[in-house]
Order: sequence, then C-alpha cells, then structure tokens
Amino acid sequence: MNRPRENGRSHAFGAYLLLTAYSTYLLLPLYWLVTMALRNNADILGSFELFPSNPTIKNFAEIFLNEVWRSGFSNSLSYVALNTAISLTVALPAAYVFSRFRFLGDRQLFFWLLTNRMAPPAVFLLPFFQLYSAVGLFDTPLAVALAHCLFTVPLAVWILEGFMAGIPKEIDEMAWLDGHSFLSFFFRIFLPINRGAIGVTVFFCFMFSWVELLLARTLTASDAKPIVVVMTRTVSASGLDWGLLSAAGVLTVVPGLVIVWFVRKHLVQGFTLGRVS
Amino acid sequence: MRMQKQDNRAWLGVLPVLLIVAFSAVIPLMTVVNYSVQDILDINTRLFVGFEWYRETLNDHRLQEALGRQLLFSSLVILIEIPLGIVIALALPRKGKLLSILLILFAVPLLIPWNVVGTIWQIFARSDIGLLGVSLDFFGIGFSYASNPLHAWITLLAMDVWHWTSLVVLLAFAGLSSIAPAYYQAAELDGASRWQVFRFIELPRLKGVLTIAVLLRLMDSLMIYTEPFVLTGGGPGNSTTFLSQYLATKAVGQFDLGPAAAFSVIYFLIVLLVCWIFYTAVVKGEGRDR
Repeated sequence: MNRPRENGRSHAFGAYLLLTAYSTYLLLPLYWLVTMALRNNADILGSFELFPSNPTIKNFAEIFLNEVWRSGFSNSLSYVALNTAISLTVALPAAYVFSRFRFLGDRQLFFWLLTNRMAPPAVFLLPFFQLYSAVGLFDTPLAVALAHCLFTVPLAVWILEGFMAGIPKEIDEMAWLDGHSFLSFFFRIFLPINRGAIGVTVFFCFMFSWVELLLARTLTASDAKPIVVVMTRTVSASGLDWGLLSAAGVLTVVPGLVIVWFVRKHLVQGFTLGRVS
Repeated sequence: MRMQKQDNRAWLGVLPVLLIVAFSAVIPLMTVVNYSVQDILDINTRLFVGFEWYRETLNDHRLQEALGRQLLFSSLVILIEIPLGIVIALALPRKGKLLSILLILFAVPLLIPWNVVGTIWQIFARSDIGLLGVSLDFFGIGFSYASNPLHAWITLLAMDVWHWTSLVVLLAFAGLSSIAPAYYQAAELDGASRWQVFRFIELPRLKGVLTIAVLLRLMDSLMIYTEPFVLTGGGPGNSTTFLSQYLATKAVGQFDLGPAAAFSVIYFLIVLLVCWIFYTAVVKGEGRDR
C-alpha cells in the first residue's frame, strides 16, 4: 500500500523468489540439525538419509533424564534473566536522561558507553576471572550476568535512547501539567508508551547473553555451568555423539523461539518505532 | 532533537549505568593495562617492563597474520551481509501474516547460542554426515572444510551470512517502514524509477539504521571467536585463526599474562580504531549532504 507501484508482476515474482531462497537457506541447516537429533549415533554414521527412516527420541530422553543437562539449562536461563533485569533497570533511566537532557559531558559519556560494546570479550577473560574470584561471585549465575552487562548495557542504552528520542517531549510536559509526579509519569505513562522499545531491548539482551560462550565458560566451574558449556564438555569427554549433540542444539533453540513468540508483535512494530531516520 | 538547556541533575539518571560499567568494564580494563607493563613471575614477584610486551606483540608475525585474516574476514562479512540484508528487506511485504512469519523465521538464527551455530554448520557441512558436504560430493566437488583452507573460509562465510544477515534485514526493514507513504506518492507523481526511489528516498532514510547495522557487524565480526573455534578450530593450519582465537590461546593456553595483556590492549584499540574510522566517515558524509 505504501510501496511505489511495482514494475508489474516481475518485481513481485523476483521478491518472492528471493524470500523463498533466503528462507530455504536459513531452514536447511536447521532441518538437518533436527533430523540428526532424531537419529542415534550409529545410524548417523552408518547411512546417509534425507529423512530419518526410524526416528527416535532417545537423545532427548537422555538429556531430560540427566541432572547435568537439566541444571545446565536452568543455569543459563537464570543468568540470562538476571542480566536482562539488571540491564533494563540501569539502562531505562540512563536512556531517558540521554534522550531528554543536555548535561556536562553527555556526548562523551554516551560514546564511551558504546566503546564498551566494542571491547572483545577475549580481552576480559583473565581480569574477569580474577575480579569475580576476588569478590566471591565465581561460579554463580550472577557473575555471568554481570559480565554480560559489558555488552548488553551499552546496547540497551543505545536502543532505548533511540526509541525515546523519537517520543515528543510534549508528552512529558502534558504529564507535568496534569499533576503527575516524576515517578508516576515515568512508570504510568512513559514506560507503557515505550513497551515496544522495551520488548526489542529484552530481545537484544537475551540474544547476546543466551548465545555467549566464552565468558560464560570462563566464569563457571561446576555449580553454575551453563548449557552451552555442558554441550562442549560432556560431549567431547565421551567422544562425539552427533545425535546427542544435535538434540541438545535443538533444545537450545527453543528459548529463542519462545522469546521471538512473545515479542513477535514488538518485533514487527517495535523495530519500526525506533529512531530510524 | 535534544533540549538545549543543560541540567546536571541528569547525572543521577546515568549513575546506575556508570556503577555497572565501572564494575564490568573499567576495573577489568585497568587490570589488563596494569598487566601489560609488567613481567609477572609469580604473585609476589613482578617487574615493571614498560612497553616491552607491546614491542614484542607488534613484532609477532603470527599476530600480524591473524590481523590480516581478521580484516579480510570482517570486510567480506560487511560487503556480503549489508547489501544482501537491504535487498531482502526491500523484498519483504509491508504487512500481513506472511510478514510476521518471515520476521520470526529470520530472527531464529540470531537467538541460537554461538557454539550451537558452529555445531549446526559442522553437522551440515561435513563430507561424511552433512547435507551440504554430501550433496557437493555427489556433484563431484570434493568438499572438505577441515583440510582445504579455501573451503574452510567459504564455510565460515556461509555460516556468518546465515547467522547474521537477518539482523541487517530486521534493521533495514525497520528503517523502510518509517518512510511516510507521501514520499512514495510524490516519487510516483514525478515518474521516478525503482532505482531512483531507492537511491533518493529509501537509502537516505536508511542511513541511521544502516550505521547501526554496520557498526554492530563490524564489532562482532572483529571479535568472532566461538563459531570458528567450534567449526574449524582455527585450521586447517592457522588459516582461520582470527584475533580472538589467537589471544585466547595465548592468555588461557600458554598463560603468558604480560604479552596477552599487551595483545588485549592493542586488540581493543584496533576495534575502536576501525569503528571510529567508519563512524567519522558516516558523520562527515552527513555533514556534506546538508
């Protein structure tokens, strides 16, 4: 509707061809992962099949019945949730003031925050290990959550500031005139307006915390071992079991799907509301 | 866009962020800088060595090679993913069920743990059990990313495009959706071609999101570690050993604190420099347009 008139059918056809090709490209490796997860290792190594001829859920059963795998999952989910909560809590007020006020050193501060996003995690391996050991947080989900703040907090401030800057400041002024206190305005009016932005931010925090391996591996030993580490350690210790590895891979995709499902409206609308001009 | 009046009470709002960042970034970074000028023999015996480690690191041939590979990889990633992402975003329908389904599908690779991405492509590309590897073999192309450096690079690039192009698509789509229909109507009245509409209406309005997209892809591709570690382990030989991997071998594997710290500082500066060059180029370009 808001597109220019297409050059006839050929453009639309080309567009669908491209979308189909890209979707296939995305789906094929995922399909292969699922078929591997449904076969046992001897079967995988023994014969090449496009469709699993005798599918089994043995791999999944093994994961669900094993305490190490289960705790890996809950550890990962808890540090991701902690990280998202911390990031949002500190980033919301900061993004608000960045979008509304000019203050001494604001630009420098904003840029400096972003530079932290540019710090390669590999650089921080050693000092993180020592710092978190020194304060007694080593091998807890909180350590990983705080370490991941290194890249989620700057990103959260960056995204939220973009969205908030696009919201006219007349809204703030109207609220003052209506007699709202600052806190009441912030929580009752401003945050609900920005729920799309918050959805997108949660998506990004989740995205970068759930998927990270290097810091999560360095900051945990046994108690707080995340699922991604369980995958690398358990599997390599007992020799490569492709079926089991694939099943674990499939399960790590599930939380991502759940998040996408929850923010699907915001993903469509929220991405489009930000500062994009 | 910002109010012009200064209000330093606003610092209260950024205080929590500063505290978190101080803990998770400033203290560790200071530690690294501190190590980089010392020779640490054991916990109690430390010698100040000045810039010795920096000199040694900068003269390290393996580091220079890793840096070369890193820059080549990041350039290729940007050159492939940004245009591809824009084209796909342009091809997307503007609303409807199909759009929702496609956006959800596109978001999936972004939310898969990076080592699992490596595993997925390992399983997919292996010549004994992988769909891609076996298919290529079937067509007479002996494909082996484990022994042929070129094949390893192609597999890595295919994996990165698979993993990250969707981010560019989502951001570019957000930019396109913000363009008011009036622009398109005006262009139609003027009889603008599809290319002109893209060049003079869509591209300028995409500048903001594309800057974000390029910066994110630059930063992350410069720091890439997990996926090549799982897929190729840096091989064959050292052909896919990038900076992070080389650093991790040095810091964790060989436990050379001083040199590893000097390497870290140089590495961080390289990433900063690359991003800064790109950012100033964009800002300068903006100044020229106006």
